[in-house]
Amino acid sequence: MGHWALGMGYGALGMGHCFLLPPLRPSASPASPASPAFPTPPLPHSPYTLKFMQSQIIDPAKTELNHHHAAEVSVGHHEEHPDHRLFGLYVFLIAEGMIFMGLFGAYLAFRATLPVWPPAGTPELELLLPGVNTINLISSSFVMHKADTAIKKNDARGARIWLAITAVMGATFLVGQVYEYTHLEFGLTTNLFASSFYVLTGFHGLHVTIGVLAIVAVLWRSRLPGHYSNEKHFGIEAAEIYWHFVDVIWIILFGLLYLL
Amino acid sequence: MTQAQLQETANIPALLDEPGIRKWQDFFGFQTDHKVIGIQYLVTSFIFYCIGGVMADLVRTELRTPEVDFVTPEVYNSLFTLHATIMIFLWIVPTGAGFANYLIPLMIGAKDMAFPRLNAVAFWMIPPAGVLLIASLAVGDAPDAGWTSYPPLSLVTGQVGQGIWIMSVLLLGTSSILGSINFLVTLLKMRIPSMDIHKMPLFCWAMFATSSLVLVSTPVLAAGLILLSFDLIAGTTFFNPTGGGDPVVYQHMFWFYSHPAVYIMILPFFGAISEIIPIHSRKPIFGYKAIAYSSLAISFLGLIVWAHHMFTSGIPGWLRMFFMITTMIIAVPTGIKIFSWLATMWGGKIQLNSAMLFAIGFVGTFVIGGISGVMLAAVPFDIHVHDTYFVVAHLHYVLFGGSVLGIFAAIYHWFPKMTGRMINEFWGKVHFALTIVGLNMTFLPMHKLGLMGMNRRIAQYDPKFTTLNEICTYGSYILAISTFPFIINAIWSWLYGEKAGNNPWRALTLEWMTTSPPAIENFDQTPVLATGPYDYGLERANEGVPLSDPNPILSAGPNSVLRAEPDPAVAANPEDRK
Repeated sequence: MGHWALGMGYGALGMGHCFLLPPLRPSASPASPASPAFPTPPLPHSPYTLKFMQSQIIDPAKTELNHHHAAEVSVGHHEEHPDHRLFGLYVFLIAEGMIFMGLFGAYLAFRATLPVWPPAGTPELELLLPGVNTINLISSSFVMHKADTAIKKNDARGARIWLAITAVMGATFLVGQVYEYTHLEFGLTTNLFASSFYVLTGFHGLHVTIGVLAIVAVLWRSRLPGHYSNEKHFGIEAAEIYWHFVDVIWIILFGLLYLL
Repeated sequence: MTQAQLQETANIPALLDEPGIRKWQDFFGFQTDHKVIGIQYLVTSFIFYCIGGVMADLVRTELRTPEVDFVTPEVYNSLFTLHATIMIFLWIVPTGAGFANYLIPLMIGAKDMAFPRLNAVAFWMIPPAGVLLIASLAVGDAPDAGWTSYPPLSLVTGQVGQGIWIMSVLLLGTSSILGSINFLVTLLKMRIPSMDIHKMPLFCWAMFATSSLVLVSTPVLAAGLILLSFDLIAGTTFFNPTGGGDPVVYQHMFWFYSHPAVYIMILPFFGAISEIIPIHSRKPIFGYKAIAYSSLAISFLGLIVWAHHMFTSGIPGWLRMFFMITTMIIAVPTGIKIFSWLATMWGGKIQLNSAMLFAIGFVGTFVIGGISGVMLAAVPFDIHVHDTYFVVAHLHYVLFGGSVLGIFAAIYHWFPKMTGRMINEFWGKVHFALTIVGLNMTFLPMHKLGLMGMNRRIAQYDPKFTTLNEICTYGSYILAISTFPFIINAIWSWLYGEKAGNNPWRALTLEWMTTSPPAIENFDQTPVLATGPYDYGLERANEGVPLSDPNPILSAGPNSVLRAEPDPAVAANPEDRK
């Protein structure tokens, strides 16, 4: 017992990441044609109106059935909703950042209160593999940015290639991390430093995993031509911002655990 | 034309023949409508309030006599742990979110929240978390390390119960983080174009401050609980001194959230009170900007006071000094609010209906709790009364005398809008009378008990404390009884109450400019601001004072008392002082 509780709690935290996915129901349908009879795209509630719209023969403004809606044709109930998802993502990342700040703060407090840090007998950390891994992760941020630049130039194919490279680089980072874990001489409960090391890198690794999954999801969605374009690419942008965030956290983490 | 008429005629209420009225079944399912979610929040958390209240009365029944005679000490520990956790995480915090959900989009003229689906996800984390927490009683290993769950105690009192507690609080914390993201984006991005931030109702300001605080502080609690769960389950020793860990680090992480949590629990109701008092006093709010910015000041200062809970944990002297000073400074923005409310009521045409009675009760009892808070901020005094009933008295005066009275004031005030019917005033007043008597009878003697040295969180006590404890216990029964008139009144009025109409209070904020209850998507058209939110009693407004003027002395703003019918004795404009 207890493990499931832990798992579900973390699962709940992970649910916050549902931001990264576009809404199931599109907020507005850009497909509705604007005919001369409808200078603005109104979608009144009545099914009759919809029919009339499709046939485009009868002007609903002159129809008895729609006398109520006629007055408000210009202020229909389904006007374009502005997209606040990007701003929401930034706000969400503040919260994410604060979790890491909490963990970093705790780590620094342990460091400050213990007389010897790391505690006596802790084996030295190898720097070569994590160093390469760090360079890999930082470079992947630039690659990810290339994907964003490409889609903003409406180059969906280019964006897909850059996304794929980023995903591979992210996965490489995770493989490197797991390799490092299996070759370390200390375990989770060896001492306070070892526990901090595994929990901090593990929690970050969880975020890298989510980032890779987000990139793969975006990559999967981009298989349809026109799914992302220079005007509509929230998915790619969100994955990019999240990826940069994960990257910045790693730089702080690397400095704290390996260098300091 | 009065101000209310002016404001109302500027807007076309949504029509009820639109497909806008909810069926009762809608309130039991996954809905993205902010008004449905708001009511789901309010009703769910009220149910948890009743459960937490039963636990409180069981605790008080045990404390009626000095001996352990009603429940075992272990059960007693579980009861006060669950009582605190439920009241904080499942009643006051979600109720604030409930009102915010219902009111923010209406007040700023939006059709819904910025992220309706995320909103529903945030709500639907609460019932499972609450059920899980209470189910721990059935498992036979309820959490019993107090709502603070300090290690190393929480690591040895039972793994199952503590695991459940951690998971439940993580779920509830996630819910309030997701909610706060929604509120912040909605408030910043979805106001109608004519509403700049200084025309925003004060409840929205309060929720802006609350949400910022939730966003910054709750994740740190999550981090602390993640580390605690590793200690509990995986055998690490972050907070366990036997393995070199440091329990004080947990206390820092815990209070970094849990002190701001008291502002998270009170700020929404500061906001609600700032709406209720001007409406029922028929006067413009005094010091609109002072109230608005003092909310922000509280939320900033709230982040740098947490260690005043830890004066006895061995933190260095200079740190104690720092936290003592910042804690005392927080009384300043709070005092600004209190005096602004008093000045708003001063000379107003006060209507003593249930909402206003609860609002006035809120101001009075909250001041008592606030002042004992300043006493507790002083290090020498705090060390003397640490972990005694003085602290219990203080926190119940702020959380019950403050937040809960604020919640009831808000319920009575917005009941007509939410249900479309008026609530019965007589039984509302009975509820108020019983509540205020029960509240003071329960918690006032605790100050004395604390000063005499009675420890909190222990089922037994010295027989010399018996008399005062009996008074407390009978007071808590009155509080329990006081809930019944409210519940019956609310249900009866919801079903059979007099129809409220769109704007029974003649209020000026936008939620009253549509139908009661509002139709889906709230407004027929983008609402128009014809007046400021608090231009009450301006039927004979001083038109000589312009709404805005390049000259700062003449510029009154839409909320200013300068525009009120000038009283020759105290008029701000010298020309009116005859």
